[in-house]
Amino acid sequence: MAEINRDDVAHLARLAHIDMTDEELDRMAGELAVIVESIKTVSEVAGDDVPATSHPIPLSNVFREDVVGETLSNEEALLGAPDNADGRFKVPAILDGE
Amino acid sequence: MTAGTDEVLSFEEAMEKYDPVLGFEVHVELNTRTKMFSSAPNAFGDIPNTNVTPVDLGLPGVLPVVNGVAVESAIKIGLALNCSIAEKCYFARKNYFYPDTPKNFQTSQFEDPIAHDGFLDIELADGTVFRVEIERAHMEEDAGKLTHMGGSTGRIQGAEFSLVDYNRAGVPLIEIVTKPIEGAGSRAPELAKAYVAAIREIVKNLGVSDARMERGNVRCDANVSLRPHGRERFGTRTETKNVNSLRAVEHAVRYEIQRHAAVLDTGTAILQETRHWHEDTRSTTSGRPKSDADDYRYFPEPDLVPVVTNEAWIEKLRAELPEPPAERRKRLQADWGYSDAEFRDVVNAGVMSSIEDTVAAGVSAAVARKWWMGEISRRAKLADVEPAELGVTPELIVELNALIESGKINDKLSRDVLDGVLAGEGTPSEVVEKRGLAVVSDDGPLLEAIDGALAAQPDVADKIRGGKVQAVGAIVGGVMKATRGQADAGRVRELILQRLGVEG
Repeated sequence: MAEINRDDVAHLARLAHIDMTDEELDRMAGELAVIVESIKTVSEVAGDDVPATSHPIPLSNVFREDVVGETLSNEEALLGAPDNADGRFKVPAILDGE
Repeated sequence: MTAGTDEVLSFEEAMEKYDPVLGFEVHVELNTRTKMFSSAPNAFGDIPNTNVTPVDLGLPGVLPVVNGVAVESAIKIGLALNCSIAEKCYFARKNYFYPDTPKNFQTSQFEDPIAHDGFLDIELADGTVFRVEIERAHMEEDAGKLTHMGGSTGRIQGAEFSLVDYNRAGVPLIEIVTKPIEGAGSRAPELAKAYVAAIREIVKNLGVSDARMERGNVRCDANVSLRPHGRERFGTRTETKNVNSLRAVEHAVRYEIQRHAAVLDTGTAILQETRHWHEDTRSTTSGRPKSDADDYRYFPEPDLVPVVTNEAWIEKLRAELPEPPAERRKRLQADWGYSDAEFRDVVNAGVMSSIEDTVAAGVSAAVARKWWMGEISRRAKLADVEPAELGVTPELIVELNALIESGKINDKLSRDVLDGVLAGEGTPSEVVEKRGLAVVSDDGPLLEAIDGALAAQPDVADKIRGGKVQAVGAIVGGVMKATRGQADAGRVRELILQRLGVEG
């Protein structure tokens, strides 16, 4: 796996919409590098014959019947919304200044 | 950002200089009862934010579960597009920030689509067949619906705020992606339309989607690039979004070809960007340029386990596939013996299935076509409904035809009988009885009417006596008029000739 450098962290922070100071970027780059290093040791143990997996348990085909279940009411759905109007979530202008 | 201010070259000139390469991403909304990963109803037009569960709103601690029917629909679409079905595939998170998804990611598939490497043979209007290679078809979920408020145009530009309805968020989507389509030349716009039409027809025929484009069940993003003739390397492409009718697909591809050509002619490079289609001006405007923000950091969805297929399952689904629409049309045209023009008219009138049912009920293909393309289509047009919605059953046509063949009524009377049946007056036989529509088969009244007609047109009678047998039509017409159409024209002709002592 490639090393994680400061530029990678800055790029990820921008994608994740997280403001980070120069100092935080430096610190995070260092910490993430340690994590990447640790995980590298796993690849040393797992040979080429071990496929990558995202699940610890070998499950597959967990399906649901196509049957309608319980839903939220409009009021319940909007309970956590900072703002709403007309039964819908109200969000700030998406393109500002364009 | 005014629509339609870009320079364009004429299509013909663009074609002289450049070779277009196309690519399509078609999104198909499945018509499952519930969403892709939650048991909320998959329904159109309900009160906003009522077809939602905590899963659809991305609330903390929720666990999505895959809709098994949606997976089978995806496999069926893959098979209908001649694709290979993956033995094992995964879901992935496509991360982006936009209010149409409350989760800040769309659950999709990335490296392992459920279906890949297929093709579809597209038949153009003149019968030319063009093979479109399918790169992949993958499962994902639809996003919520945004309404932009406060601006003058209802568009995102200038809006003060937006309102979000998550009823559509999580509706099962299959995204079908083509490989680059080369060699279409000047037929590119026509091919674009025919391709999307074919996809729509296939998913409708499979019964996996309502396939109503006006509701967004089938949506197309059209990629266009140009390269000078003879050059192999592709030009820079643009992706036109929001092309949601068949006509718009054709127009958008044509417009982008003309616009690209004008840009390239000035020696400028095409900017790789999304374009927005505007139906009102039939032009595109610049959307969003490709940027490093288009980095979705796909990663495997940790809450969903892989989908694993096997041959038995795939073959069971393959056996359930209906006959492909294009093959069905070929078979029916051959069975019925219609000319290409006749068959095209039947298809365009939307009566192919009706004719199929009517033929199966026991009349000839010619008779079925006469009814569906004639009287029934005419009445449907007047009532502004589809012919199949008029309530004419195959059995009704069989009975009307039997009455005609037995000589009890003629073609003209059969129209009145049809009117009576549609007006709820009973079966064809009952209508004949009630309206007194039976053909006059007793020779007595006919002979009386014939004598009257001969007397009224003595010069015609003389001509016939003199051997001009073709003049008999005028007398037949007079008799039919006198009997208000209730005579058998063939019998009338016979009787007239007998009366005048002429050989028919």
